[in-house]
Amino acid sequence: MIDNDHNSQNKKTTLKKLLSGDVALLARAITLLETGGTKADNLAYKISANAGEALVIGFTGTPGSGKSSLINCLVKLLRDQGEKVAVLAVDPSSPLSGGAVLGDRTRMGEHTSDRNVFIRSVAARGHLGGLSIAIPSIIDVVDAAGWPIIILETVGTGQSETEIMELADIKVVVNAPGLGDDIQAIKAGVLEIGDVLVVNKCDQPLSDSLVQQLKSMLELRSSEKKNIPIIATSATEDIGIQELDKTIKNISLNLGNEYKAIRQANRLKGNLWRKTEQLFRYRLKEINSKKIEDILHQLRNGIISNGDAAEIILNLCVDKE
Amino acid sequence: MNSTPIRVLVTKIGLDGHDRGSRVVAAYLRDSGMEVIYTPPWQTIENVISLAEQEDVDVIGVSSLATDHLIVPDLMSELKSANLHHVAVVVGGIVPDNEHDMLNKAGVSKIFGPGTSKEEIVKCVTELGTGARKYKIDEGDFF
Ligand SMILES: Nc1nc2c(ncn2[C@@H]2O[C@H](COP(=O)(O)OP(=O)(O)OP(=O)(O)O)[C@@H](O)[C@H]2O)c(=O)[nH]1
Ligand SMILES: [Mg+2]
Repeated sequence: MIDNDHNSQNKKTTLKKLLSGDVALLARAITLLETGGTKADNLAYKISANAGEALVIGFTGTPGSGKSSLINCLVKLLRDQGEKVAVLAVDPSSPLSGGAVLGDRTRMGEHTSDRNVFIRSVAARGHLGGLSIAIPSIIDVVDAAGWPIIILETVGTGQSETEIMELADIKVVVNAPGLGDDIQAIKAGVLEIGDVLVVNKCDQPLSDSLVQQLKSMLELRSSEKKNIPIIATSATEDIGIQELDKTIKNISLNLGNEYKAIRQANRLKGNLWRKTEQLFRYRLKEINSKKIEDILHQLRNGIISNGDAAEIILNLCVDKE
Repeated sequence: MNSTPIRVLVTKIGLDGHDRGSRVVAAYLRDSGMEVIYTPPWQTIENVISLAEQEDVDVIGVSSLATDHLIVPDLMSELKSANLHHVAVVVGGIVPDNEHDMLNKAGVSKIFGPGTSKEEIVKCVTELGTGARKYKIDEGDFF
């Protein structure tokens, strides 16, 4: 590629347009980040200086508990308050075909044509942890493009979605009655990460008892984690949304200013870790297959232990032939 | 190594609410490795433009069983005004023979009549999607 003056001038203007809020460019930048590669890395690098300002609110919880419907209500409320909001909704990719039907935004249809709402459906593309591998840089680019509030919906696996912890400033864990064994929700690690616990579908029977169960679970916690708010909501009947909004605002006020620096440092570290893992996986594939055969041979014959073998592999990844 | 699935918006405009056909097609495309953004019926053209833009889709599939295809030419011109001319549009469902010409002239890439095979749909959408994607890359090596 020839990077002549004209070309680099073009790029500068494009980047400026992106940073000043061009939606089509933002959408294409997200596609590029999802695709990965050198250009994506360059873009991520260029925008990172303009990121770090947005408040990121993460929604996680059991599939079907009503995350998308609740986000829809919250967006409506925020719009009434005159806020601009972006939503990133992650849905699972099929492990077989790699394809996906992204359906979260069907619950947010009323905001489709609102220019002050940006919604993007993101396929998890096989990344574990409920988020796609590109999500950190996607958050950055949406942030840099001038969206001050970013709501993130994770794949509702109900398993410990630890990555959302480092990405979201406020973590909302959504539960609902009648989704199988209630104890399941309590066992799964996600409840641990919540700053707010929501019992959605409070219009349904058994939601009171779910609230009680969550309360008694919090009782068992150490004192600083005891006071996590539990909010009963109904996305379909529009109940409890104001309280949810107020609670989120309270938490964000208490985050304080030094918090942003800490969060940005955490994200940086998380990004570095993920990139390193990716690189490592790539290097693994590059190792000479004869060398691997040799190591396997020694392993089979009990000459080295599994741990020794892993150590050797690791070194091979580092000193590339 | 860095290939990305084709993104397709599967939607219904106009008054007709039968969306079984579009669900089936959405599943076909997913099973062929594409990312499908699926919408409920009764979308306005304004909505479709906004969806296509924000989701950065390569292809839009409009399902029409009654008269919905008659608004597709409006959709085509709105896409152009929104600078989304690279997005390919296909129409699936029941379109009377004497109206194919009108849709083709408006810029519709393909019309899938009843009984079109899964293979045919997938092959065509893949080609159109790859074309749209390539256009964007050629045009916009911008970051
Ligand atoms: N009765 C009742 N139903 C609700 C409520 N909120 C959501 N639902 C319904 O629950 C179903 C799932 O809602 P979603 O908002 O898609 O749930 P989700 O957690 O985003 O689902 P996934 O993204 O698939 O994990 C839909 O049929 C909603 O209409 C509620 O407060 N009360
Ligand atoms: Mg959802």
